[in-house]
Amino acid sequence: MAEPIIVVRNLSKAFPGVQALKDVQFDLYPGEVHTLVGENGAGKSTLMKILSGVYQRDTGEILINGKPAEIHNPRAAQKLGISIIHQELNLMNHLTAAQNIYIGREPRKPGGFVLDEKALNAQARKLFETLRMDFDPRVKVGELTIAKQQMVEIVKALSFNARVLIMDEPTAALNETEVEELFDIIRHLRSQGVGIIYISHRMDELFRISDRITVLRDGQYMGTFRASETNLDQIIPLMVGRKIDETARRIPEGKLGEVVLEVRNLNRGRLVRNVSFNVRKGEILGFAGLMGAGRTETARAVFGADPIDSGEIIVKGKKVVIRHPRDAVRHGIGYLSEDRKRYGLAVGMDVLDNICMTDLPTFMNAMGVLRPKKMQAAAEKQVETLSIKTPSLMQKVKFLSGGNQQKVVVAKWLVKNCDVLFFDEPTRGIDVGAKQEIYLLLNKLASLGKAVVMISSELPEILRMSDRIIVMCEGRITGELDGARATEEEIMKLATQRETMVKTA
Amino acid sequence: MADKSNGTPAIASIAKITAGTKGAAARQKILAFSSLVLLIIAFSLLSPNFFQPYNLIAIMLATAVNGVLAIGVTFVIITGGIDLSVGTMMTFTAVMAAQTVAVWNLPVILGVLMALFVGTICGLASGVMIAKFKLPPFIATLGMSMLTKGLSLIIAKSKPIYFTNAPSFAKISMGSLFPFMKDFQIPNAVIILFGLAILASFVLNSTIFGRYTFAIGSNEEAVRLSGINTDRWKIAVYAVNGLICGIAGILIASRLNSAQPALGQGYELDAIAAAVIGGTSLSGGEGTILGTIIGAFIMSTLTNGLRILSVPQEWQIVTTGIIIIFAVYVDMLRKRR
Repeated sequence: MAEPIIVVRNLSKAFPGVQALKDVQFDLYPGEVHTLVGENGAGKSTLMKILSGVYQRDTGEILINGKPAEIHNPRAAQKLGISIIHQELNLMNHLTAAQNIYIGREPRKPGGFVLDEKALNAQARKLFETLRMDFDPRVKVGELTIAKQQMVEIVKALSFNARVLIMDEPTAALNETEVEELFDIIRHLRSQGVGIIYISHRMDELFRISDRITVLRDGQYMGTFRASETNLDQIIPLMVGRKIDETARRIPEGKLGEVVLEVRNLNRGRLVRNVSFNVRKGEILGFAGLMGAGRTETARAVFGADPIDSGEIIVKGKKVVIRHPRDAVRHGIGYLSEDRKRYGLAVGMDVLDNICMTDLPTFMNAMGVLRPKKMQAAAEKQVETLSIKTPSLMQKVKFLSGGNQQKVVVAKWLVKNCDVLFFDEPTRGIDVGAKQEIYLLLNKLASLGKAVVMISSELPEILRMSDRIIVMCEGRITGELDGARATEEEIMKLATQRETMVKTA
Repeated sequence: MADKSNGTPAIASIAKITAGTKGAAARQKILAFSSLVLLIIAFSLLSPNFFQPYNLIAIMLATAVNGVLAIGVTFVIITGGIDLSVGTMMTFTAVMAAQTVAVWNLPVILGVLMALFVGTICGLASGVMIAKFKLPPFIATLGMSMLTKGLSLIIAKSKPIYFTNAPSFAKISMGSLFPFMKDFQIPNAVIILFGLAILASFVLNSTIFGRYTFAIGSNEEAVRLSGINTDRWKIAVYAVNGLICGIAGILIASRLNSAQPALGQGYELDAIAAAVIGGTSLSGGEGTILGTIIGAFIMSTLTNGLRILSVPQEWQIVTTGIIIIFAVYVDMLRKRR
């Protein structure tokens, strides 16, 4: 076998409060597809960002072509022949494919100021031809499909003579035909001796495209396998089973109330297909699944943030029509988005204003003037109920911790007397201590008789918090599990149960 | 993305008629061009005085200053920025030219160079504030607008400066390079406008400067990640815009045979309007010089035609306002698709 292009030994990297990578090893040979798998937060992206010069390692060794290498920045990585294609494409939509590929390296006419557009298009066309892509380099990127845009990114990466191509979840936004096209390109690149590092959440893809598979878990190296000599049953147990500081599961309080919200055969686009579920008073319902499984889309559809194609929503036994979030709020449904700062809070305003904001009309007198005392009383009540830690009601929300900010968002919905609360990734971007507080908060809300729906990509969190667990994959519900007895393996299997697999099975 | 064009059917269909052609900016340009042709036909039918050589020249002359300013601001808007100071920057360069020629008694050519130099420096300053100090373009250029307005008044002592000692200065705008065409003497100002338009169009489409102007407006972060010094190019765009304001300053001073320090405010909005009517997208990444010139001509043709029809000036302003709103709305419609 040839020399490896990349060898990583004992690599470690810590961020404040987290050991993102610990003694990780990895290697890549020319002409192979080496796939990295692991749960969210396993350290895949950190490893890739170190290899592409975005982060610097703490300790450990990286050898490129057998020589120790320092990758100080993305430019240095590019010089070493390492290119990365991020999940979020970095293209200029108003420019053509060729113009995008050669941005900053445009061929110019003598004098250096006038562009040589002919040469530019010819170069790009040649590049497309060597990759056997049928592509007009003069098309504007904004007019291409995501799949085609991705190809432009790939070609751009390769135009730097990349020998290593890192692809971070390239299939996340592609349909099945497009995935197959992408795989064709990957196979072609492999035959040309390019080494490909592939990151994916889709388990079935692992065996379709990989030569070798490396598993990471909690920043630790779990093993590397030849794809031809292993199977999912070996891989999944290695991915899951993360250690958590507190494994105590929530004890359902036995006395679950009546069904508050029932959803029947909800459809919305590709990511919400025939979704049916219900949630009871005092219950915490967990929604598990991988990224892009359609959980957020389901919540948004129920909440009226996106129009539904078909389906019924029943609140407290009555069929309701929800066309707009304000309909949802009127029926007592609240949605707490993942991105609190962007959608949930006015961070520059104080705690009092944020809590009362969604329900200002109830704090006005007949003249339409706000009554500060009434607002203060309402806010104080929420601060107490949810034990929001703030020096005063006048504190600006941006100075609160992540956990307390989350509580302020919850308070907003409680002021509106919501009975059903959707939490979308409530602990994302929050440190361990604050997570604990959020868990206590969710439990408290359930004990107050609220119905809580929690969307989470972290399996331990789902297992710990949920009374019942619904697992989604590609817009469908693939299973429902009892929170007290479910295991990570079961969830993972359901979460990766793609339609194509079901058909062939 | 779902089809969300739920606007008025009539307007949606106008947008759709032009949808077959390539590129959104091209579509708006065709839309703008047909509007201009329609305007000309309509006014010609309504008044025999409209389609006459002298009146067409009057329209062109009336377009010159706004057209030149609009060319500069088109570059800025394509980067996703805005420049609210072009009107008063123009006045400032005019005052500086007058100061040089009429007060300091220096040759006309030095007055011209002074205007161009001062304009470039002001634009450069705006660019540095925006690219380096990260001020929002709106605020930075609003400040620059007041700054140049104030300086103009101070230097000119709040009075117009006349070019009494330099009669040749007026020739820059009003003389004609082609005196032989008897009935159709095109003033230099118009020739300068078209010359600049052709040059600007070339720079925008065929040079590295133009390419980065579009690229920055399309996705600045991606450009930066490609290893391009985006700050430097942004500063350059604002500086070029300043230089073009200098050209407009010379044109207007020469046309009025004086520098009017109180003039200028409001010109920036006309320039921005011309660019937007011509299909330049305020969110950046899109726009053409030809579109902008057409936009400027639509505005002056409208004003001229309504005046010939004896529509009161107040109503002319109202009409222009409606046209701008309509143009931006059509722009939104085609974007949503």
